[in-house]
Amino acid sequence: MTQVIQLDGVAKRYDSDGRPALGPLTLSVEQGEALAVTGPSGSGKSTLLNLVAGLDRATEGTVSVAGRRLDDLNEHALARFRREQIGMVFQFFNLLDDLTVTDNIQLPAQLTGTARRETAARAGELMEVLGIQQHARAYPGRLSGGERQRVAVARALVNRPALLLADEPTGALDTASGQDVRDLLVDLHRGGQTIVLVTHDLALAEACASRTIRLVDGHLALDTRAEAVR
Amino acid sequence: MTAFRIGGGGRGGGALGRVVRSGVGRRRVQTLVIAVATMMAVASAVVAGSLIVAANRPFDHAFAQQHGAQLTVQFDPERASEAQLRSTADESGVTASAGPYPATTVQPVDSAGGHLPALTLVGRSAPAADVDDLDLKSGRWATKPGEVVLDAEFAGPALELGSTLKTSDAADSPTLTIVGFALSVSRTAEAWTTPAQARALASAGTSLTPLTNQMLYRFDEADTDGQLIAARERLAAAVPSGALLSSRSYLEVKRDADQGAAPTIPFLIAFGVLGIVMSVIIVSSVTSGAVGSSLRRIGVLKAIGFTPREVVRAYVAQSLIPAAVGIGLGVVLGNLLAVPLLDDTEQAYSTTSLTVAWWVDVAVPAAALLVVGLAALVPALRAGRLSTVEAIAVGRAPRPGRGQWAHRAAGRLPLPRAVTYGLASPFAHPVRTVAMLLAVAFGTIAATFAVGLTASLTAVSAAADPEERAAVTVFGGGGEVQAGPGVPRPTEGGTKEGPEGGPTEGDSEPQAADPARVRAAIEAQPGTAAYYAMTRDDVSVAGVSGVVQASFYQGDMGSTGGYEMLAGHWLDGAGQVVVGSGYLDRTGTEIGDTVRVTYLGDTRTLRIVGEAFDTSDGGVRLHANIADFPGAEPRMFLVEVEEGVAPVEYAQKLAAVLRPLGGDAMANAPSGQDNFVLVLQSMAALLTLMLVSVAGMGVLNSVVLDTRERVHDLGVCKALGMSPRQTVSLVLASVTGIGVLGGLIGVPTGFALHGVVLPLMGHAAGTDLPPSVLNVYTPWQLPLLALAGLTIALLGALLPATWAARTRTATALRTE
Repeated sequence: MTQVIQLDGVAKRYDSDGRPALGPLTLSVEQGEALAVTGPSGSGKSTLLNLVAGLDRATEGTVSVAGRRLDDLNEHALARFRREQIGMVFQFFNLLDDLTVTDNIQLPAQLTGTARRETAARAGELMEVLGIQQHARAYPGRLSGGERQRVAVARALVNRPALLLADEPTGALDTASGQDVRDLLVDLHRGGQTIVLVTHDLALAEACASRTIRLVDGHLALDTRAEAVR
Repeated sequence: MTAFRIGGGGRGGGALGRVVRSGVGRRRVQTLVIAVATMMAVASAVVAGSLIVAANRPFDHAFAQQHGAQLTVQFDPERASEAQLRSTADESGVTASAGPYPATTVQPVDSAGGHLPALTLVGRSAPAADVDDLDLKSGRWATKPGEVVLDAEFAGPALELGSTLKTSDAADSPTLTIVGFALSVSRTAEAWTTPAQARALASAGTSLTPLTNQMLYRFDEADTDGQLIAARERLAAAVPSGALLSSRSYLEVKRDADQGAAPTIPFLIAFGVLGIVMSVIIVSSVTSGAVGSSLRRIGVLKAIGFTPREVVRAYVAQSLIPAAVGIGLGVVLGNLLAVPLLDDTEQAYSTTSLTVAWWVDVAVPAAALLVVGLAALVPALRAGRLSTVEAIAVGRAPRPGRGQWAHRAAGRLPLPRAVTYGLASPFAHPVRTVAMLLAVAFGTIAATFAVGLTASLTAVSAAADPEERAAVTVFGGGGEVQAGPGVPRPTEGGTKEGPEGGPTEGDSEPQAADPARVRAAIEAQPGTAAYYAMTRDDVSVAGVSGVVQASFYQGDMGSTGGYEMLAGHWLDGAGQVVVGSGYLDRTGTEIGDTVRVTYLGDTRTLRIVGEAFDTSDGGVRLHANIADFPGAEPRMFLVEVEEGVAPVEYAQKLAAVLRPLGGDAMANAPSGQDNFVLVLQSMAALLTLMLVSVAGMGVLNSVVLDTRERVHDLGVCKALGMSPRQTVSLVLASVTGIGVLGGLIGVPTGFALHGVVLPLMGHAAGTDLPPSVLNVYTPWQLPLLALAGLTIALLGALLPATWAARTRTATALRTE
């Protein structure tokens, strides 16, 4: 199968002479795979996610995503890469409070210069699929946590990214909302979406991921594959 | 366990101090911007305040500083001894005196052969005296024979320290070396030597007048002409009859000086007020913005136990630290910037050394500290009153709800999303936006006003000297009429711009060329397009005391351009006279009235047909036709050459024909600007640059605050794929609307300010201004000036925009 993510000997140091926060790590993720990254705080989960998203650069090794080596790209190309290939879902949603739900969802498509009509149609389709169409004109501040995270997921998917990155997507939600998001991720994976999910929540990892890795002190401590996603 | 004590004052000042220090140090960029913006604003206020102070009765201040001579009296040394003159110091009413100083009049010739005007030369052993304490501007005092100190107005490239002058045209006349330049506010002399040298010059016969003794006096009562006349009479009575030859009252000098300085006062006050208002806006918005953007931290401090009062003290102190540094630096910078501007003002006022008044250096920082304190106190009190939870919530981001409608509206615009997102941003912070708008508007007002002022001053310069617009000036010789515009005048260095070997002011050329032969030579010269003739002399006018300067014309002035007309029309027939505004004001006459003018024994009744824009001689000069006065003969011919003819070559060829006849010709240099006009223009340029910089700093500060507050949102946008270029365009777009609106407010306001200040300047100079001076803005200039607002805003925002684009996305996302 096609590899969506390929990390070769990747390490990230924040202090030039200090211990690496991550790696050296070699890892590949195939298309359609749902990878859960688990581990204790400070194990390098978020660093890994930032490197894959092109938000940060590796100190050593190479990072390739969707067939592109990120270390070769300048900031402008990285931005274009992100908006075309990556969808991101954050723990605290990171919605823009001064934009409506629709505007938030449309934003990545608008940044790519997609036609207005096409953007609106795609946003409408996602809102309907995710069950938030009734909040189309509302502002994020008036929505529940679960609803906000659905908006964030819709925004992440608007450009049909090759890779969906989710950083503790249920970490700020109550149990019921967390369950909603979990079901949503499962559905997305079943639909063939490649996902990298960073979480402390082993139950979430078990429910959503086809493969789970565990990082400890920046190193790969465990790499297991589920037989099938439930 | 060690107790952590928070409270202020004696019990916990350490914790409060640490909070203040960390607050200052943590936000280095913002701290730096506060310091720099405050520095620029304070510098601007110091300069503005100094200019306003300088504009306040400049002559009176300089006169008081020099203990100026209220009465300058020349005595005949043959009739009154020096001892007798010294004893006049004891006369009733005399409070101080200086002298006697030997005095004479010379007309020096510079090393290039150029003639200086006739100068009063006084022998003084030192510049310091109880009366007329001279200001030695450069060099040193004359201490031995052969040395001279000149009036500072003559200092320039042609006459500098070390230059030599001969005291007259005579081949054996003594040579003097310039060793210094000095200024007498009382105008007691224009040249100074040692007393022995002055006596030697007078006795050698190279001076224009015989030796006199100059005495300078101050009196207990000298506010009016009457008091000074009475004082003069007491002095005349105290010396032998006929010993008092002449005297000059300081009130005459003051009137001249005030008339010269008056036009600058509205200009300086306009810039001064702009500078001060803008400084207050910038300092208060910078400070209140800094405190307002720290609400979340305030909430955290309250959560860990700081009382509201301690929070207020911490944040006021936190603002005062960078502001105090900025204020200190601003005072220094303001004093440095004020030096060239006050030098310019000195030149404009011909006054003594102007310095920043000490109280400006005290009052401006004190006021700035007060403004900073108040601007910090208001948001800090608000923050102190907020509950901890509210403070944290409010401080996390701009208040939700504000500006959402703007985002909805901007989102519909057919523009890139990053741009529309930026365009709507200012609505989240209305107060900050208004402060930014005011800064941009004030910067645009200054730019618009300065452009108009510069154009007006250029127009004044051109309109005031119509003779200088002629390509070639032909002199008919005779030496009595060449005073005023269009005639060779002292250059910057004080020498004359005369043609080599040609007649110049003060030359006593006995032989005048026959005007008919000069006219014939001009008409015969190939390349002549048009010309008119003129002469200038003193006339008597019924009802006006003393003499009045009059210019008489022959021929058509139209081709070379006459005076700008304020009302009525130029001379177009016999029996007409055109006057300046000053004449109408002084005599209470108006266009259509008649004037009885006597010249060389001929008296004519002339009708006033026009009011010309002519400020020479206080605007009281008359302009009439030569034909009305049989005794008048043209002495000067103003020639316009045909297209393609080089004026210099034309003048040289014509001069070769005219010199044997006693005449001469010279090409007029491309119209150089009047020194006074150049001074005002350079002042306007400097002040505008300063105000525009302050406006830019105001924008910079606001955008820094804004991008800091929105750094997390910007991080989100960048994580979603916003490129650095899109981030820059977002931040720049956030000030675009402000720039455009500031321009739209600033241009008409600057235009209106120009419309108010220019007539005030004209009235101060004793004249109305013609449309060519008032209507100086061209249609394309105004839209361009409106773009100045946008430029100020974009330049101010460029740095934080770049900073926002370079901020690492991962870091921005972690920012709360």
